[in-house]
Amino acid sequence: MSKGILYDATKCIGCKQCEQACATENGLPYDDKIAAQEVTSAHKYTAVLAKDDKFMRKLCMNCDDPACVSVCPVGAMKKTALGPVTYDKGKCMGCRYCMAACPFSVPKYEWEKAIPGVRKCIMCSKRVAEGKQTACAEICPTGATKFGDRDALLEEAKKRIHDNPDTYLHHIFGETEVGGTSVMLLSSIGFNNFGFRNDLTDRALPMYTYQVLSRIPDFIPLFGTMLGGIYWITHRREDVAEAEAKEKEHKGGAR
Amino acid sequence: MTVPRMRFTFWKAVFLVIMVAGIYCTFVRFFRGLGASTNLSDQFPWGLWIGFDVMCGVMLAAGGFTLTAAVEIFNIKRFHSIVRPTILTAFLGYLLVCAALMYDLGLPWNIWHPLVMRNPHSVMFEVAYCVMLYTTVLALEFSPIVLEHFHLHRALKIVRSVMVVFVILGVLLSTLHQSSLGTLYLIMPNKLHPFWYSPLLPVFFFLSAISVGLAMTIFESSMSSKYFGREIELPILRDLGRVLVVVLALYGILKFEDLYHRHVLGLVFVSGYEQRFFLLEIFLSVLIPLGMLLVPKIRESAQGLYLAAVLCLLGFVTNRLNVAITGVESAVGGRYTPKWTEVVITAMFVALGFAIFGFAAKYLPIFPEEKARVPAMRQPEVVMSEFAVPVHAGD
Repeated sequence: MSKGILYDATKCIGCKQCEQACATENGLPYDDKIAAQEVTSAHKYTAVLAKDDKFMRKLCMNCDDPACVSVCPVGAMKKTALGPVTYDKGKCMGCRYCMAACPFSVPKYEWEKAIPGVRKCIMCSKRVAEGKQTACAEICPTGATKFGDRDALLEEAKKRIHDNPDTYLHHIFGETEVGGTSVMLLSSIGFNNFGFRNDLTDRALPMYTYQVLSRIPDFIPLFGTMLGGIYWITHRREDVAEAEAKEKEHKGGAR
Repeated sequence: MTVPRMRFTFWKAVFLVIMVAGIYCTFVRFFRGLGASTNLSDQFPWGLWIGFDVMCGVMLAAGGFTLTAAVEIFNIKRFHSIVRPTILTAFLGYLLVCAALMYDLGLPWNIWHPLVMRNPHSVMFEVAYCVMLYTTVLALEFSPIVLEHFHLHRALKIVRSVMVVFVILGVLLSTLHQSSLGTLYLIMPNKLHPFWYSPLLPVFFFLSAISVGLAMTIFESSMSSKYFGREIELPILRDLGRVLVVVLALYGILKFEDLYHRHVLGLVFVSGYEQRFFLLEIFLSVLIPLGMLLVPKIRESAQGLYLAAVLCLLGFVTNRLNVAITGVESAVGGRYTPKWTEVVITAMFVALGFAIFGFAAKYLPIFPEEKARVPAMRQPEVVMSEFAVPVHAGD
């Protein structure tokens, strides 16, 4: 059963305990200065954003069919069966295609390091594999961040909107965006207020490149034969011309 | 004879300065990281090194497969004398692209990983394989030149007997590789500006590579005729100019149709940041060169062909930089300008390209035996080559 996270901004009080728990879980530094940064970075995998009295969390959406996994030439990014999208620095060669391809600009880079790696929220893949909740969901005092089966969370999100149609924006961000994501967001105001795009496609992004890539195995024998054929025809003419010239010469000599 | 000597030392000095700066920047890059040596950021994970060194490097090397296809496969014999310089350019280009990749990759010592850790769903995986295989093929296509120089006739005979296979393989790999650099961006429908994001990206990259292959051949033939005091192969270049007209026209029409069907043609007339860069690209790459080459007087003259080719090259370089940089700036909300260290590294690779080409042309049988040499031709053309080098180095 694929797991997921449901973040309900209307229940969030902006205490940022999720940020702290995330830093502890991932061995990252955390202090007041870092808490004040309202952006994710190589040393901050999740951030609570505030707009007036509304809040929003930024973290890796852990897409169902992630662009980063599809584009990685060495398979350093993996979508696990349980939901988390993980990263293996041992495989990575640092091409940063994952960063360029991510529709949410989630993967961050350790630019200042001589031996850098990609850093991002991996939905506490170790904890999830052990049957535990993610650190951010476990610590959340109001239940704004809830961990569970994605399908159940999606039903719950629909029910919350249905029961309180005036409180919520009628949009579960992550239900269909780029083919669906393990992390889903509820809000009372537009997601674009927090830098999320409104125009994201509902198609899984890897299909855009796969529909071209998947043709290549068919293309190679066809194109190869065509080139070989053209070579054969253009050079045959030459052979014929040469033979004819020789024949003429031969006849001329015989006379 | 003093003038050419002076020119030579001047360019030697420029080369030396770039190399010294390049070595310093190499040190900064590998000991202090990408952050210290580039203006790359989480918003702009790809910058000048991908946009120019890799994307333009591969594109500028397209003359190799364009001309080998024309001569070896289509058997167009009159282009035969200019195939070798294009193979040299392609081989050099790909070697430099590989070297530049070592700077851009965060963990360059893992560059061999795609060999064993495969993800066939990744365009980058395909690109990696094409680069590796095509560089190998180019080495083999280049090998007769070296074998000839050292009079290794038996090896030469063996290589020649299997050359057809390599030629076909080379054209095939180039077709895949040139187009797949466009396919790389298909996964960013929401990031790349609609001027450039199109399902036809691979086709545009392929067609523009052929245009650049032809333009680059005209450019380098003109340059080497000036630089090495060779007689210019004007009839051949005129033919290439005609082919270039056709390919540019195809590209231009397809571009128009694509913009029209995606309903973004109107945007071309709305003033804006992307619009200015797009117009610059279209005028330089297609409209001006096409207009010039359609005039018989310009198409027939060495200078006209040279100028049209250079504009075309600059235009398609702008195109690659637009796709890699300009086109994503709005989506990620920021502007990227390369750091001086990035520019120096790029300049170093361009300079190395020129230097190694000159070196190889001097010591290897790149050009066919000269029938008649006209020493008087050298002096006025020295001025031209001094003008020409910075035009290319500065883009």
